Amino acid sequence: MTTPRFRLTDSTLRDGSHAIAHRFTVDEVRKVVAALDVAGVPVIEVSHGDGLGGSSFNYGFSATDEMDLVRVAAETATRAKIAVLMLPGIGIKEDLHRAREAGASVARIATHCTEADISAQHIALAKELGMEAVGFLMMAHMIAPEELVEQAKLMESYGADCVYVVDSAGAMTIDDARRRVAALKAGLSCEVGIHAHNNLSLAVANSLGALEEGVDQVDGCTTGLGAGAGNCPTEILVAACERSGIPTGVDPLAVMDAAEEVVRPIKPVQGVIDRDGLLLGYAGVYGSFLLHSKRAAERYGVDAKDILLELGRRKVVGGQEDMIIDVAVELQRKAAEAAAR
Amino acid sequence: MSRVPCAIVGSGNIGTDLMEKLVRSDVLELRAVVGIDPDSEGLRRARERGFDATWEGVDWLLERADEFAIVFEATSAWVHRQNAPRYEQAGLRAIDLTPAKLGPLVVPPVNLAEHLDAANVNLITCGGQATVPIVHAVSRVADVPYAEIVSTVASRSAGPGTRQNIDEFTKTTSSALVEVGGASFGKAIMILNPAEPPILMRNTVFCALGDGYDADAVAASILDVVAEVAAYVPGYRLKAEPVFEEDTYRTPGGTVSARVVTLLEVEGAGDYFPPYAGNLDIMTASAVRVGEAMASALVAA
Repeated sequence: MTTPRFRLTDSTLRDGSHAIAHRFTVDEVRKVVAALDVAGVPVIEVSHGDGLGGSSFNYGFSATDEMDLVRVAAETATRAKIAVLMLPGIGIKEDLHRAREAGASVARIATHCTEADISAQHIALAKELGMEAVGFLMMAHMIAPEELVEQAKLMESYGADCVYVVDSAGAMTIDDARRRVAALKAGLSCEVGIHAHNNLSLAVANSLGALEEGVDQVDGCTTGLGAGAGNCPTEILVAACERSGIPTGVDPLAVMDAAEEVVRPIKPVQGVIDRDGLLLGYAGVYGSFLLHSKRAAERYGVDAKDILLELGRRKVVGGQEDMIIDVAVELQRKAAEAAAR
Repeated sequence: MSRVPCAIVGSGNIGTDLMEKLVRSDVLELRAVVGIDPDSEGLRRARERGFDATWEGVDWLLERADEFAIVFEATSAWVHRQNAPRYEQAGLRAIDLTPAKLGPLVVPPVNLAEHLDAANVNLITCGGQATVPIVHAVSRVADVPYAEIVSTVASRSAGPGTRQNIDEFTKTTSSALVEVGGASFGKAIMILNPAEPPILMRNTVFCALGDGYDADAVAASILDVVAEVAAYVPGYRLKAEPVFEEDTYRTPGGTVSARVVTLLEVEGAGDYFPPYAGNLDIMTASAVRVGEAMASALVAA
């Protein structure tokens, strides 16, 4: 078999967790991991959508303890490595220790794209625990490629084996994605990754563009199951790569089966490009805000569209889901005041 | 009434902002600012204000310990762990603004009166000072099986100490929600937002409510405590009335069917830090509040 041109990480069981309100069961995780493992997917990420320790009022409580999910994933995989995500400020080092004990061997440490320096201790700990350490620069559309390189260099200096350009809002055009990947490839000695969302229907195109710039790692989610309008669909990425002559190391038909027979029956409550999903990409709002905004819109009798646009205007960053309530309450108050006049 | 003499150890941002506040105190008399860097901006400002400003560290202070009653520690947790036993031996009361957590955790509207004679008190974190009063306000009138806070601060207001030890913030604040706030379980989340112009400090407090809560009593209790904090942190305010939400929430403290959400904003007084840094202002303002209460107790004794 030809050597794969890049390493694929499937994040269905992490980013996809947003789309089902963090309700993955042990049984679902076992089935998804088994199917992806058979298809040859080399890395499978499992965590709460907001990373280790994300189970909360602010992001939604996990139905099943994520450590149980990580453990069953690690027990099920015969070839694939199990990855976990953690956001410093939400998760803590003890979570990383527990994930390591549960069988995770890749730690992806995520920060907002301008705040890489809060990841130093966590990246160092991952290396100490004998894990592969991946830096994850979220909302990377918000800053210029040159600024992103400076942040990526910090993560590399802490010991990251790879640093990702993360398009959390699905706001990047193909040119945006290529320029950022090219800048990181030129500025770093470690590997570079791309994590694309599909709000502008460009997730696969952006990943292919990143591959032309030499990206080393690419993320997908089977059926696109993920925050906001969904992620780069793993099975489509694999098919498109094979058609483009880019070896993936993954069996295209087996991963299509995994998508159709194992993941598609898990009914998401979001993950399509409806108006709100598109607005996230258009206004540059963090993808996981979508479901929470729809719920708040219903509770407070306001329009989700208005919530998302206001969040974009306020330049909120990943993790600030509490601002959704703030905005919804304010919109409700303004509407009441307008009605009273 | 003669004022109670005190010193600030640490001439960085926090120590300097604290100095600007102590200058106005009728109860405390700031006599010295202790640093280790002769060229520091904080020591320069202290000299300008006519205070003893030494770069010889705590040895200088301990040589003349009998001239002081209270010391404010504005260094780091590591340094405070070295200094604390020496202060105690010298008979100096310590108000610790670092995350060292050697003494009892103090939040003025909650438990200040209980710790006025402690040799060492700790001020937790900025997020703790901003949110523990709210958890306390709810837990004194309702059962709070779980409390969670989200503290968002402007990137520019988070110094290297906070950034490199972000776990220390989340863990210390979480434990204070339980130990001081009165919740059964606690979780703290910290977010840094780089927006320009910088955002004011924001805090959201979620309290799970056990069955049979009285929404009016909970809301009134929250409003009372906000007024109490605002008395010493003038920029501390609610963004909206407390919000009650009903749903099924599977919290670590058990499944509940309601929560109260308190949305807070903290604007700083602009003494040394710019007003957006409410997170830093609430620490120094709380320190002054604690110091003045201790000083009044000393005078009364």
